[in-house]
Order: sequence, then C-alpha cells, then structure tokens
Amino acid sequence: MDLLWSGLLQAIRLLLAGDPEVLEITGLSLMVSGGATLVALLVGVPAGTGLALTRFPGRNLLITLVNTGMGLPPVVVGLFVTLLLWRSGPLGALRLLFTPGAMVLAQLLIAAPVVAGLTLAGIQGLHPQLRLQLLALGASPLQAVWVLLREARLALLAAVMAGFGAVISEVGAVMMVGGNIRGQTRVLTTATVLEARMGHFELAIALGVILLALSFGVNLILTALQQRR
Amino acid sequence: MGRTGQAGGRVRGRRPAPFTTGRATLAAWLLTAATAGIPAIAEGQPPGPSDVILATTTSVQDSGLLDLLVPAFERATGYQLKPIAVGTGEALGLGRRGEADVLLVHAPAAEQAFLAQGYGATRRQIMHNDFVLVGPAADPAGARGSPSPGEALARIARAGAPFISRGDESGTHKLERTLWEQVRVIPRGRWYIEAGQGMGGVLRLADERDAYTLTDRGTYLALRQGLRLVVLVDGHASLVNPYSVITLSPARFPRVNHPGGQAFAAFLASAQAQAIIREFGRERFGQPLFVPDVIR
Repeated sequence: MDLLWSGLLQAIRLLLAGDPEVLEITGLSLMVSGGATLVALLVGVPAGTGLALTRFPGRNLLITLVNTGMGLPPVVVGLFVTLLLWRSGPLGALRLLFTPGAMVLAQLLIAAPVVAGLTLAGIQGLHPQLRLQLLALGASPLQAVWVLLREARLALLAAVMAGFGAVISEVGAVMMVGGNIRGQTRVLTTATVLEARMGHFELAIALGVILLALSFGVNLILTALQQRR
Repeated sequence: MGRTGQAGGRVRGRRPAPFTTGRATLAAWLLTAATAGIPAIAEGQPPGPSDVILATTTSVQDSGLLDLLVPAFERATGYQLKPIAVGTGEALGLGRRGEADVLLVHAPAAEQAFLAQGYGATRRQIMHNDFVLVGPAADPAGARGSPSPGEALARIARAGAPFISRGDESGTHKLERTLWEQVRVIPRGRWYIEAGQGMGGVLRLADERDAYTLTDRGTYLALRQGLRLVVLVDGHASLVNPYSVITLSPARFPRVNHPGGQAFAAFLASAQAQAIIREFGRERFGQPLFVPDVIR
C-alpha cells in the first residue's frame, strides 16, 4: 500500500511540476483518443441513425456486426491495422505505421462501432410515433432526424463517453501500431506498461492516476453537457 | 523514497518534448481527418528518409540504454530514430519483411541465418554482456555450483522446481533452448512456465513464484533493487550474450531507409556511442551493464 500512496504523491508532484515529458504523453493520449472519438462520432452517429430509421434486407445482420464490433479486442484491431500499414501492406505507401495517425486509425476502428451501436439503441429507444408526428407536422426528413438526435441527446453523450472510454484505456492497439516510441507515440497506457516492466512502479502508478484523472475530467465535461436542463 | 527520487529524476531529466513541431501537425491531421475521413490522417505526418525504424530487443529498452543512445544519435546525425522494442525473433521478423531499417539484436545463430538467407547486408558486434541463471537464494534444485549452465537446467528439471521461460523466441529464449538441447532435456510439465513476456516481466514473475529463470545480466542489475532472486550460475562461455547491429540488404528491400540504417550502425560503432555503452549503469548500479566491443 505504501507504493500506491507514494505513486499517488508522485502523480501530483509530476503534474504540479509540469514535467514536460509527462505533459507531452498526456497531451498525446488526449489528442489520439480524442481525435479517434471525434472521427468515430462523424462515422458512428450517421451510421447508427441510418440503421435505426431504415428497414432493408440484411439489416439485422448489419446490426449484429455493429454490436459485435462494440466488443472488438484492441489487440486484434492493432494486428489488423499493422498488417494494413506495413510498408509491404496495402496502405504501406502512406508511411503511417508507428505514427500517431496509425494510432488514431486503430482507435477509430474500436470506437466507431461503440458510437454506432449506442446511437442506434438511443434512437430506437425514442417513441416510434415521434418521427411520424414530426413528418406530419411538416418537418423535412432532415429536420426530423435533427429533432430525433436532440431528443436522443442523453444516449448520444453516453455513446461519446463509452467510445472515448474504450480508446483512452486500451493499450493493445496503440502498442502495436504506435510502437511506444518515446517522444513520438508513447501514450499514458503504453508508458505505464513500460515503466512497470522497468520496475519503476511508483512512476507506473503515477501515470495510471493521471490517466484516471484525465478520463474523469473528460467525463465530467460530457456529463455536465448531458445532464444540463 | 530513494526510488521515488530516482524514477522521478529520470523522467525530469529526459530530453525536452519534441512536440513543439508535432503539435501543429497533430492539429492539422485532426482537422483534415475530421473533414475528409480516414485517408486524410496520412497527410499530417510527412514520410521521409529522416525517420529510421530500429527493431531491437526489450532488454535494450528495459535496461534504459536506449534512452541514452537515441538522443545522442539524433543529435549527431539529424535523423529521427523510431525504436521498436520487441523480442529478437520479432525484430528479425520485421527485418525479414523490410519493415525496419536497422536491427540491434542478440541471437548469433539466428543472425547468421538471417545474413545467409540474404536479408542482411552487414552485421557488426557492438557490445556484449552475459546471461546468468537466477533463482531463489534457497536454491531447492541445487543449481549452484553446476559444472555447466546446461547441467544446472537439468538439475532444475529433475527437481521439478519452477522455471520461467520467456517463451517468445527472444534471444534469451533461443539461448535457453540451446542449453536444454545440450543436456537433452525436453522441458515440459507444471514446473515449466512459459510466460510470453519481456525480460523485466519474467524476472518479476520468477521473483513472485520463487522460480528459476535465465536472464541477461543487464536487465537483472537494472531491476535488482526490487527482486529477491540471486545469481546462481554465471561466467560460463556458453552464457556470453553478444549484441550485433544488422543493416538490411538494399537489393532485397528497396523501400528500406538504407542511409538511415547505415548511419545508426556507424553511430553504434563510434567512439561516442561506445563510451556511452561503457559508462552506462556504472553510476546507478555500481557496475556497467554492457561491455563495448568495437572500442574496448
């Protein structure tokens, strides 16, 4: 327990002292996972809404795929993205492997199904008559979708939190596609793994505490947005 | 509390964040990605021959040596090094596909095969340390005082005392397998634990389980403070652990950054790098972790 306590103290010390490397690692974590969540929203919300409001053959299969995707193992995504991005792979010409861009791509694949799945559930959770009523009142289809999304605001923000939570906490994919390179692709989770492996447990705990604090801060803002009246 | 200061000091002492230039690019690709979708993410990180991908082993990273060599190399040459720390098996695998630009590994037989098969261009021994057999001080299998490392392993097998294997095709694992073959023992059973982790993780596991394991001396010394394991067998010729730098075949891998790889290989052999290797660990552990082999 001593170790836990001194780790906590060290986390506070590192943050207060503004340790440049810790700040940089924290910033990169936020940018990679935040960026991935942002793009996941742009892809996942329209996809989830579309799935919720349309009927077509194969829809159930597609929804099953999205729901399966909500539990994608990060290491599998990491492996898949690594194979894609190898110099000899199909997207090798982009020279993305071992860059933050590759990490965003991998985390996007993890977060997008989460966002799509929860958006789908949120929209379908609204009263089924609401959309018909909106259309009857003369709303254009786009206006109707806009109102539905606003009505499903609680669920949508939950989708953002779940998507962000899934990627900020994962280590398997960013380790594989980023390589945990110091000053370039090292994020809080991979730094924690490395420091623990090197026997620097206090530092590992400190990084873990910072990760939790970061996650808490982001969720605090999102929750404030979600719960405001 | 001494540990706290040490660990904290190490972080604070690291080179300043190179993100002053990176921030703009990050913001740029976040923007482009947000507007144009996935492929646009690529544009923010310019490709270029200034990046050199080094595939190396966890023992080099976990000991902390890379943290000194990388910035020195970058300052000396202007290249940006991307060290990927994996097991030697995986490092050679990356080399075999031309996914790395230069390798720093420790498995002589596998390295020779790598060159014989035409993947490598040059190979040069840069430094060495040695492997040691560590285990609980009580030594229930009586490994201490064995005439050879292989015999020590055979005693552990006969006693059924727990032994942790890296189990990951790393250089350490390859040596372990050679030793088992020397004494014609096929390690199998509840006592033989294949961890599939890096050297640091395996040492910690062995410590928790009062088990034996084979480790390079550098990682053991670097982690010794937190371990109860003691050195039981060392100083035998079959336990020498040579690290070599390998550049890749230009004919075979047109996409590899050959000038960058050669620059790193040359840097490791330079007086500057050899001095860093010679001094590394002296202050913190009381003895150097590696012995330079180019300039002795």
